[in-house]
Amino acid sequence: MLLVCYTLWYSKYTFGLSSTLRLELDLQTRISNFMQRIVIIGNGISGVTAARHLRKLGKDPITIISEETPHFFSRTALMYVYMGHMKFEHTKPYEDSFWVKNRIDLVQDRVEEIDYEKKSLTMKSGGQLSYDVLVLALGSKPNKFGWPGQDLKGVQGLYSFQDLELLEANTHKPFATGASKKVHRAVIVGGGLIGVELAEMLLTRGIEVTFLVRENRFWGNVLPLEEGEMVRRHLIQHHVDLQLETELKEILSDENGRAKAVVTSKGETIECQVVGLTAGVSPNIEFLKETALETQRGIMVNEYLETNHPDVYAIGDCVQFSTPPPGRRAIEQVWYTGRMMGEVVAQNISGKKQKYAPGFWFNSAKFFDIEYQTYGNVAANPVEGEMNFYWEEKGGMIGVRLVFAADNHKLIGINTFGIRMRHELIDRWLREGQTVEYVLQHLRNANFDPEFYRTFEAEIVKEFNSAMNANVVLAKKSWKQILNLTK
Amino acid sequence: MKTLNIIRQSGLYIFLLALVLFTGSIWIGNYQISQEVMETYVAEKGIQSELFLESVNATVVGKEFTSSWSLHHALDQAVSAANSTHKANGEWGKVIWSKSSEMAFVLGKRGAGGSVFDNKGMWLFLTFGLGILGGLMFILPGIWLLGPAGIKNNNVFFNPATNRGWIGWIAMIWLVLFYCILYFMPHLAMSWTFIVEPVKDVFAPGGASQWFLYGLLYCTVMLVMGIRMIIKYRHSKYHIVRTFSVLFFQIVFAFLLVELLPLFQLPAVDFKNAWPLDYDFLFDWNVLDLLRNEAYGKFGLFVFVWGIFFSLILVPVFVYFFGKRWYCSWVCGCGGLAETLGDPYRQLSDKSVKAWKFERYIVHGVLLFAILMTVWVGYHSYNVLHDAEPNDSQAVLLGISAHDVRSWYSLLIGSIFSGVIGTGFYPTFGNRVWCRFGCPLAAYMGIVQRFKSRFRITTNGGQCISCGNCSTYCEQGIDVRWYAQRGQNIVRASCVGCGVCSSVCPRGVLKLENGPEEGRINDNPILIGNGEAIIRDTIG
Ligand SMILES: Cc1cc2nc3c(=O)[nH]c(=O)nc-3n(C[C@H](O)[C@H](O)[C@H](O)COP(=O)(O)OP(=O)(O)OC[C@H]3O[C@@H](n4cnc5c(N)ncnc54)[C@H](O)[C@@H]3O)c2cc1C
Ligand code: SF4
Ligand code: SF4
Repeated sequence: MLLVCYTLWYSKYTFGLSSTLRLELDLQTRISNFMQRIVIIGNGISGVTAARHLRKLGKDPITIISEETPHFFSRTALMYVYMGHMKFEHTKPYEDSFWVKNRIDLVQDRVEEIDYEKKSLTMKSGGQLSYDVLVLALGSKPNKFGWPGQDLKGVQGLYSFQDLELLEANTHKPFATGASKKVHRAVIVGGGLIGVELAEMLLTRGIEVTFLVRENRFWGNVLPLEEGEMVRRHLIQHHVDLQLETELKEILSDENGRAKAVVTSKGETIECQVVGLTAGVSPNIEFLKETALETQRGIMVNEYLETNHPDVYAIGDCVQFSTPPPGRRAIEQVWYTGRMMGEVVAQNISGKKQKYAPGFWFNSAKFFDIEYQTYGNVAANPVEGEMNFYWEEKGGMIGVRLVFAADNHKLIGINTFGIRMRHELIDRWLREGQTVEYVLQHLRNANFDPEFYRTFEAEIVKEFNSAMNANVVLAKKSWKQILNLTK
Repeated sequence: MKTLNIIRQSGLYIFLLALVLFTGSIWIGNYQISQEVMETYVAEKGIQSELFLESVNATVVGKEFTSSWSLHHALDQAVSAANSTHKANGEWGKVIWSKSSEMAFVLGKRGAGGSVFDNKGMWLFLTFGLGILGGLMFILPGIWLLGPAGIKNNNVFFNPATNRGWIGWIAMIWLVLFYCILYFMPHLAMSWTFIVEPVKDVFAPGGASQWFLYGLLYCTVMLVMGIRMIIKYRHSKYHIVRTFSVLFFQIVFAFLLVELLPLFQLPAVDFKNAWPLDYDFLFDWNVLDLLRNEAYGKFGLFVFVWGIFFSLILVPVFVYFFGKRWYCSWVCGCGGLAETLGDPYRQLSDKSVKAWKFERYIVHGVLLFAILMTVWVGYHSYNVLHDAEPNDSQAVLLGISAHDVRSWYSLLIGSIFSGVIGTGFYPTFGNRVWCRFGCPLAAYMGIVQRFKSRFRITTNGGQCISCGNCSTYCEQGIDVRWYAQRGQNIVRASCVGCGVCSSVCPRGVLKLENGPEEGRINDNPILIGNGEAIIRDTIG
């Protein structure tokens, strides 16, 4: 199908017709319909969102070129495929027929060169493609910090579909026992979200996991001490050998060029058959470096997601803002920022110019069985002028942190562990600048846990009152609220 | 760990042994029908055909049959030979309408012998007993082996029992055959009914029907698999509470009360069974029984009025307040089996748009069929109640006989769809095949839920990462992610409110809740974060 699409499209616009005819055809279409050919590189969440919104807003021909897979899939679900929760099919948010129905052409190829003057792309297959508007949605790639042995067999990151296939090849099949079990221990380097996911994945195949983390706690550049500690306890509960303040020094090779052990900064040698490198990701822009496109760590864009070339936009993980939106970082590599940039770029290309305004930060993750959500800004380490209140349930698996301004007590951010909170409401509180006391008083309304779950608001308020010498009174639920007659 | 695994393994073998013995018991037994038994039967059924009598006296009476099917074969031959002659001669009064399988079942049970018949208690232990024991040995170690409480879907798609692999297909074939025997070949189920007679005797001695066997098996399976469900979802109170609820309603309302009421000369009703799932509610025999049986006193009328009030008023009112989940995932027996026995298979439901289209046609088609069928049988019952003299035209409306309509419905929907396909297909097409495609009550409640209800699954702002766990594990084949990733609440007629999408979501995006109707359906949500930008996401 893809091939047919591709060839048809190709023959129409490139060598199938003489170049003059091609130009003429082009011109005709454009003049008659004011059409512009939009080409998007990258079929991840950002590129695909842009395409969907562009299609909604107009009739311009849209092509997505992407190397990794023929169709958009959810990168965040790679772990569930390996663990057998889902098949790869299930990670595709849209049925394959969706793209045909919405006239979004898909091309599986790699773009190797961009000619900004001629507005044309050169692909790995040798083909050429011209564009009127180009959107770069290139995503990220796993970081490698030049460790000795980082390119040995059995050493890998986890980002792409190909990484998943590689992991399947590097490890044994599910349910393997005895001699067919080829990996007994894996070492994971870098304590972030992808690392903990990789640990969970490998454990389902009966592989023991050693987890090397540079900081003094898990995900130390994001999580405050107590939360990092909670995750540490939970990792141990799942039999992960977590080694804090330990770095990778070297990966040792066996006679076949395959990893056989790692040496840590503490001088320990750990035998292993697989090494997972999960020390963060960076924009995937190798082929654009040193070209006419302005890049630093990522592709430089302004608040309209425009690059230094007219008609060339960039969105998603690969982007670096020259002036980040208020309260946000210059590079943000998460799912929903990619989605929002896709939404905004579609508006901009369609002539409804608007700024990228992501609002308050939020995010979520899951560490084995503990769900985590965060809204607003919760700094990993204490910040001047901010106050913290942290409550933890006795079992040590549930916790809430509230960060607020020391002077006027306005809420700055909230971390929740093992409790779900209502995004809409907390976002509103942040926007309205509500105080921590107000938030606590109405905390019940923010609870998003399933029905019948134990609630902790009373306990949290009580502890807040005693810790802060305050007297917040939890707002009673009106009978209307109890009967769900009103929110 | 090791010991627990050994217990688990042994449990599996013990369970399989019980299953083999249960299945194998079909082959055990011999049958000898005495003159007296045959005569009593002929008198009971009012059989007029002397041809049949002659032939059974020669080929059946006093003969020793070593299997239920050879007995059935002999009876079947006698019936069809007699019937074809009678039909050819136009002697309609002599035609035998009883099914030969039913005949073999009744006669065979009265003249049975053999190991199962002689040792019912032992066989009860070998089948039900070992089955429960093995099942629990397999399930209970999960408390420790599954690790800390949380979502337990590891390797679901690698396991041939749960990924539509070979074990799934075998299980499906077994279940389909089981239901075929139950509905169409009861003579094969004779040994099974002997096995459960020690239990039946507790209520009322005098032999168990295949329906008693089915009821007991149903409760047992639900109980054991309910324990599995509770262990698997022990982090979620929602699932624990609703599992207790379905077990309670099945065991108390659908089983115990139905067995106990007749002991007090009262009708055997399942109070929680609502029309049109309870499709024989207006059948003439039921209406006559409830309204004309003196022995019931006022109770019969109460049951009749309750049935109407429950189905037409309580059901929609409750759906308005809580969504159809109050019935489908908390009360219903079919739903109860789906949520216990069927839980391992919820990921096998088809999520495609095509399947959704098919579902809408077929489930509403069944609802229409059920309504029409009810009109016909209702008309018939009304006539029967009001005419002093019964006559053939009472059943005919617009040239179609209520008898025909109801037997087609009973066969196609009542037996084949709800049983053979509905449950038989669990291991290959998911645990809610019946509830999703076939149940007329679900269709009826679905319409209420879609258009006038306070129930919705709220999507939590912009937290969805499109991972697809929710859609994969939705037993009703709803593409939950489609809505969640757009920040849209899920308001779908078919949602049974099982709550599993909410549980498996790794980002806490989904919450089942009842609330004000206002804002329930948010077709064009503005995803949080892009608040300032008016971006409406409605493509596709
Ligand atoms: C394992 C894992 C788990 C994650 N979990 C979460 C999570 O829970 N929450 C969260 O918010 N984020 C998560 N993320 C991050 C999130 O997935 C990314 O932020 C998001 O996918 C980025 O989307 P994107 O569209 O910018 O780029 P990508 O999804 O990376 O898509 C870019 C595509 O462009 C293609 N491409 C690149 N260069 C070229 C070229 N020259 N020619 C052709 N094609 C090219 C690539 O092959 C790729 O398919 C996770 C990431 C990983 C790897
Ligand atoms: S949408 Fe969710 S609650 Fe409804 S049936 Fe599907 S999984 Fe169950
Ligand atoms: S499971 Fe949750 S995060 Fe995943 S697609 Fe569904 S709603 Fe979104």
